Amino acid sequence: MNKTINQKAWYFVIPVFVLVAFNAAIPLMTVVNYSFQETFGNNVFAWEGTRWFKQILLSERFHAALGRQIAFTFIILLIQIPLGIAIALTMPKKGLGVPVCLILMSMPLLIPWNVVGAMWNIFALPDIGFLGHTLNSMGFDYNFTQQPGDAWFTTILMDVWHWTSLVVLLSYAGLNSIQPAYYQAAEIDGASRWATFRYIELPKMKKVLTLAILLRFMDSFMIYTEPFVLTGGGPGNTTAFLSIDLVKMALGQFDLGPAAAMSLIYFFIVLLVCWVFYNLMMKNEAKS
Amino acid sequence: MSLELKNVEKKIGIDTHIYPTSLKLEKNTINVLLGSTLAGKTTLMQIMAGLDKPTSGEIWFNGENVTGMKVQKRNCSMVYQQFINYPNYTVYENIASPLTITGVKTDEIKQRVGKVAELLKLSAMLNKKPDELSGGQQQRTALARALVKDSDLILLDEPLANLDFKLREELREELPKLFEDRDCIVVYATTEPSDALMIGGNTATLLEGKIIQYGKTLEVYNKPENLISAKVFSDPPMNIAEIQKKGDICKFSDNNVQWKSSAKIKDGTYKIGIRPHNITTYKEGNNSVEINGKVQISELSGSESLIHFTNGNLNWVSLSNGTQQKNVGDDTKLYMNTDEFLYFDQNNRLVNNG
Repeated sequence: MNKTINQKAWYFVIPVFVLVAFNAAIPLMTVVNYSFQETFGNNVFAWEGTRWFKQILLSERFHAALGRQIAFTFIILLIQIPLGIAIALTMPKKGLGVPVCLILMSMPLLIPWNVVGAMWNIFALPDIGFLGHTLNSMGFDYNFTQQPGDAWFTTILMDVWHWTSLVVLLSYAGLNSIQPAYYQAAEIDGASRWATFRYIELPKMKKVLTLAILLRFMDSFMIYTEPFVLTGGGPGNTTAFLSIDLVKMALGQFDLGPAAAMSLIYFFIVLLVCWVFYNLMMKNEAKS
Repeated sequence: MSLELKNVEKKIGIDTHIYPTSLKLEKNTINVLLGSTLAGKTTLMQIMAGLDKPTSGEIWFNGENVTGMKVQKRNCSMVYQQFINYPNYTVYENIASPLTITGVKTDEIKQRVGKVAELLKLSAMLNKKPDELSGGQQQRTALARALVKDSDLILLDEPLANLDFKLREELREELPKLFEDRDCIVVYATTEPSDALMIGGNTATLLEGKIIQYGKTLEVYNKPENLISAKVFSDPPMNIAEIQKKGDICKFSDNNVQWKSSAKIKDGTYKIGIRPHNITTYKEGNNSVEINGKVQISELSGSESLIHFTNGNLNWVSLSNGTQQKNVGDDTKLYMNTDEFLYFDQNNRLVNNG
């Protein structure tokens, strides 16, 4: 068959090309531009090579922020994934309870992020906040604005409150797609509740859980708004996660070069982890 | 060993899924539940297994009342239309699963799984996971899991429905042999009359939650007690018409086709049921009679030809051997084998059952 040559088809690509250029490529390249140069304002630039990258990668401040970030993500994943599955398992499968539970579960997801931060800030205030006041009157010495442990506790609690629903909804969808015949077959075999979960429900939820872990990893690794409003990174720098530290550097200290270099490193870490994670999951998928 | 349902009824809300039903299944038999979707086959099986409780009535097994006894305590196994296997177990582990749970010794498991796997031609796949297998092999695995347990009751809920034609034929031929020397009761649900005929044993015809007839498969097929049972056990659908009988001569109410009937029944008005394969494009039997028809649809099904035709108010289907294509709208001559006609009285009961 002869191919018709029709170069006009390229016109159809232009809108996407423009869109991607303006919302991804151009901003990213500007950051790349900053990361290799020193700027003194007035559009004056001086070439610095890889100096900023070396500086960031060797700086203790970056290591500390990265460490806090990893710890935070790890902890919330460790809480949210099992908790989400557990809640999904106890949710009703039919009747009026279904829409009620689904709406209740999606509520936290609908609240704007800075509102979540503000809400929890007030909620946790040691003198007038419901949580803070209750804890203090129970004899706990709780003050999230002054004690790092309390700040972490509150931030994690807030994130669990805000995002566990996502895991619940995904797991619930996964559970609902399991045909009743599987449960009956297990029942006939005499399988225990745990065995049914371990050998039927968990493998059948594998795909949605992969998605849930990936989404929660990315979101929590890039978390900014809620802790910014809640603790502002404090007390001291104890809850200054990567993004908060980055903004401090870029806008607080106006160190555009190092901040740009840090952005790129940050970006590559997220990209790399997602890529590795996804490939591992898909490799398992191909094997089984 | 026997399984007996005594006046079992199942209601969900105001809907009756199973009307009061009594049925006795004997040991070493294969029993086919034949009926369209929503006839209540699956519900009935779940009640038999103890996965579901009847609203009223009792289930007796081996002379023991097992109504409401949990399925784990009953020694039964079930195979479904969907291929149900543990997704991250290998085929071996899947087949072994009912034994591992009940704590059978490893050596014995190995031996029993090996035997069943060989029977079902799975020996080469024991180390694979279910989703690496074809649909037919997945269903064989599920069957093997049901067989390895030496259950007293094996329930097969449309096990071949999701398989493609070739695998289906293959497994359908093997099935009766698998259960031959087993000391158990097998119940097989299907929507396909041809499945029932192939499997033999006993058949119960079901319609809308009622068992219409239960008996030896061939008897139910050849001598349906009534028109409903005949309809359920006929695919393509049975052709039905009203006839008048006067002396030896029968005649359709709708047209002038007439024939000499050997049926020993009184004169009067009857309904007649003719299976499609008893209307053919060629003469069959010694007492065939001609009928004219206008071709509506002409289709091939394997090496058989289905011709849908009309004659006056009659809208019928014929099934002939060989590939015969007719043009739509053509007039054609067909032959009915009058020896195979089923005569029903006004109450739809079969009358020529002698």
